[in-house]
Amino acid sequence: MRIVTVRRVSQGFFLGWFLWFCAVTAFGEGRFQARGWPLNLFLQLDPLPALATTLATGTLYAGLLWALATVVLTVVLGRAFCGWVCPFGTLHQAIGWMGRRLRRGQRARVNQPSRLQGIKYFVLAAILASASADLVRGSASLAGHLSPALQAVAAAAACLIAFLAISRLVRSRSRAAAWSIAMVGLWALAGRVLPGDEVFASTDLVGWLDPIAFLTRGMGTVVLPLLDRSVGLFFSAPRHVQGGALLGILLAASLLANLAIPRFFCRFLCPSGALMGLLGRNALWRVARTTASCSQCAACDADCEGACQPSGAIRTSECVLCMNCLPACKETVITFRTRPSEAGEHPLPDASRRGVLLSLASGFALAPILRLGAEAGAATPPALVRPPGALPEPQFLDRCLRCGQCMRICPTGVLQPAGVETGIEALWTPVLNNRLGTSGCQPNCIACGSVCPTAAIRPFTLDEKLGRAGHHATGPVKIGCAFVDRGRCLPWAMGRPCIVCQENCPVSPKAIVLEPWVEALREGPWQVSGVDAGTVRLAGAPLRPGRIAGGDYLIASALMPGLGLSLRDNTTDSVVLARPEDAANLAIGTRVEIRVRLHRPYIDPVRCTGCGVCEHECPVAGLRAVRITSENESRDPRRSMVRE
Amino acid sequence: MTEASPEVSRREFLVRAARAGATLAVAGAAAVALHDPRAPSGSATLATSSGPPLPDWSLKDDGPRMAIITGRDRRRTLERGLDALGGIGRFIRPGDRVLLKPNAGFATPPDLGATTHPDVVQAMVRLCLAAGARSVVVTDNPVGDPDTSFRLSGIAEAAEQAGATLLFPRESMFRAVSLQGSALIRDWPILAGPFDGIDRVIGICPVKDHMRSGATMSLKNWYGLLGGRRNLFHQRISEIIRDLSMLVRPTLVILDGTTVMRRNGPTGGALDDLEIANTLIASLDPVAADAFAATLLGRQPGDLPWLAMAAAAGSGTADWESLKPRREAVD
Repeated sequence: MRIVTVRRVSQGFFLGWFLWFCAVTAFGEGRFQARGWPLNLFLQLDPLPALATTLATGTLYAGLLWALATVVLTVVLGRAFCGWVCPFGTLHQAIGWMGRRLRRGQRARVNQPSRLQGIKYFVLAAILASASADLVRGSASLAGHLSPALQAVAAAAACLIAFLAISRLVRSRSRAAAWSIAMVGLWALAGRVLPGDEVFASTDLVGWLDPIAFLTRGMGTVVLPLLDRSVGLFFSAPRHVQGGALLGILLAASLLANLAIPRFFCRFLCPSGALMGLLGRNALWRVARTTASCSQCAACDADCEGACQPSGAIRTSECVLCMNCLPACKETVITFRTRPSEAGEHPLPDASRRGVLLSLASGFALAPILRLGAEAGAATPPALVRPPGALPEPQFLDRCLRCGQCMRICPTGVLQPAGVETGIEALWTPVLNNRLGTSGCQPNCIACGSVCPTAAIRPFTLDEKLGRAGHHATGPVKIGCAFVDRGRCLPWAMGRPCIVCQENCPVSPKAIVLEPWVEALREGPWQVSGVDAGTVRLAGAPLRPGRIAGGDYLIASALMPGLGLSLRDNTTDSVVLARPEDAANLAIGTRVEIRVRLHRPYIDPVRCTGCGVCEHECPVAGLRAVRITSENESRDPRRSMVRE
Repeated sequence: MTEASPEVSRREFLVRAARAGATLAVAGAAAVALHDPRAPSGSATLATSSGPPLPDWSLKDDGPRMAIITGRDRRRTLERGLDALGGIGRFIRPGDRVLLKPNAGFATPPDLGATTHPDVVQAMVRLCLAAGARSVVVTDNPVGDPDTSFRLSGIAEAAEQAGATLLFPRESMFRAVSLQGSALIRDWPILAGPFDGIDRVIGICPVKDHMRSGATMSLKNWYGLLGGRRNLFHQRISEIIRDLSMLVRPTLVILDGTTVMRRNGPTGGALDDLEIANTLIASLDPVAADAFAATLLGRQPGDLPWLAMAAAAGSGTADWESLKPRREAVD
């Protein structure tokens, strides 16, 4: 079998599994449900999320260890993951193939290396720098605990290591020495002067452009919700996605860009490909030309996926091992072997030193700039209601890949990708939107914590969520608290009975308490103009027939003890008493009012878990009269409202 | 045609004139055909399609109309209740298509009593199929997430094991219905799709406290057929229950009062909210069944205005004792 065919089979195999893991959405044991499928396998195989979260948190969480397999593959073979495994890469390649030009010369021109391919290395540098702020500061301040002599030894050792690294990039030894001393000095200075508060902190932005996170998010928030509308296999009810337009446009743009330039995303943007390009610089095997010269027919360049120019000195960091050049070469001078190409090769990417340094500095500055508004601290947006099990906001942002796995598996669809209104840094992280989905956060569900690949939403048990069986002291997990908007609530503001929020509160005893309240209809008062066998005729504003049927209304005069006499029906100018014998209490000419019995809702912040079922059910269709905001969430004790 | 020739030939002129004429004819015809001199009506329609109200499934024979059975085992009290009313054969004829409407309203486990107990659903499905029913459909439009509610309440598994078909509500199953004599059910989406071609309708529900309506039993169980933003009707709860009693005239209702939810209804959430009453009611008259079941919650029929309203609407009698219910005990 030709090597290209083998590669295609491999791509199909992995794309198939990826799509299957996307399709089996629901939390459960059915055929189209999650069962025990390794839903996060591709996110875990991708080395970039593993590296970035490790830099940000100092640990490599659970299944992210799978990234090591890809690292081994890449170090030995080069970017085989990109060309043989990555499902996003496979889609790019397929769409690029559909849009390919017919003439070989045109194709070869499109596939020439471009300086813009360096962009992905800048993206990578910025992502890793923004993730490593805590690490840089933390490791530098560690030296502060050592004795001055040991500090000098540590500094010397650091300088030596830096010199060894830098001398490979800089030819002049004296310049390399100067650079290494300057960088270690800068690092020590950073450890001393950076304050290490909520602003100067690391953040994990890898999810915005990481290929697997990008595609996983696109599948869960765009493709499946659209597909489900016709096939109905993936969700129990049609799913809506807030900000879905932007997600959809970006996904479509990333795929359609391949029609202009094949593997557009892979070549110019993919930070994970950039990382693997660097990891693979010592690859034992590489694509190589066996002769110093050839006819330069450009047949190899015509179908080159990575734009790595196999016709000349190959850019090994750009080569995705698509192997298209091997069978394309009619002179059979291109092969895959351990010896370097006879035409020479560029092992390092075409990214300027200056650009990389600038990107590192920008990335390092990015988190403080993003955090200046204190959206992860003092000014947490009230609408930023995180799923149960979410870590405190700064730690959450150190881990969240914005992959949307939690939103996909959420049985009600209440988990939604955040927009920019809750802070740019939180873009596409999970928040609850109780107006979408089939219900709020279900008390008996732990799906989001079970699926999260990085423990941004840590795994939690049902006992812990409900605050039972040894979790009494910590109580149920609270994600926020409900607040009644008294200006919008039917019984508070409009004299209409309603108890829907209290009725649907799933906490026992209920976290919404009703207080009885009686008030007069504003159309009144009336004057009794006649009494006849339980029917009282009234002079005054006309009533809509049937307006006060149903047992919620009373008739009362100022002198009458108690709340009034129950009514059961009415016409335009008369009311019917529930008990005809009550008519004795009403004399002709008495000034009366009609009163309505209401129940006004109050929230008990100790019992309320912020699940949002009340907000979902509130009959005020637009801005609900009862709404959840993130105050009182258990993950951050500083945000609690009551102390008991 | 790359260069405009200074002279236009007659042939070319005629072709161009014909094309221009055809374009004008099509544009003009389309504009006239599609012209709408009036603005469209202002408000959105509530449902995608509309249809007639639901048929009347009630039995009009002279047999006994209500049975009250005490006992702990739901399956046995159900069987005894049906026997006391003349046997399952009175309600299910061979070949019937049966619809069961349980209360699957919430995503809570069966022990907490917020939903119809799966044992009763399962026993009822089995009895219907054993009596020769062609098919049994189980449906509801829960408050909570439909899939989770049906699964967690145990109703899905119980119904499927017994051989019933589960129908989760989908947009296409709702039809706008206007109910004669109702101020509330006007052009309102009703879960009517599952009722198409159905010969028998049986409501099965728990007996629960309800803050707004005092109690939720067999009549309020039909609330689960409403679609749209149905919570609006809570401000006129007695009327909507009366209207629901007119909308659905069932063959039979089963009220499972083995445990009843005395407080914190209708969701409950703790075992403390439940009380053991060991009573099951099978009735052809849903109003009478609810009037009696209210006493299990410590309430009097007079406390619930909608009972009298439903009775006045011809849905049954609130004076349950007048039906001389069969009272039996299963030990």
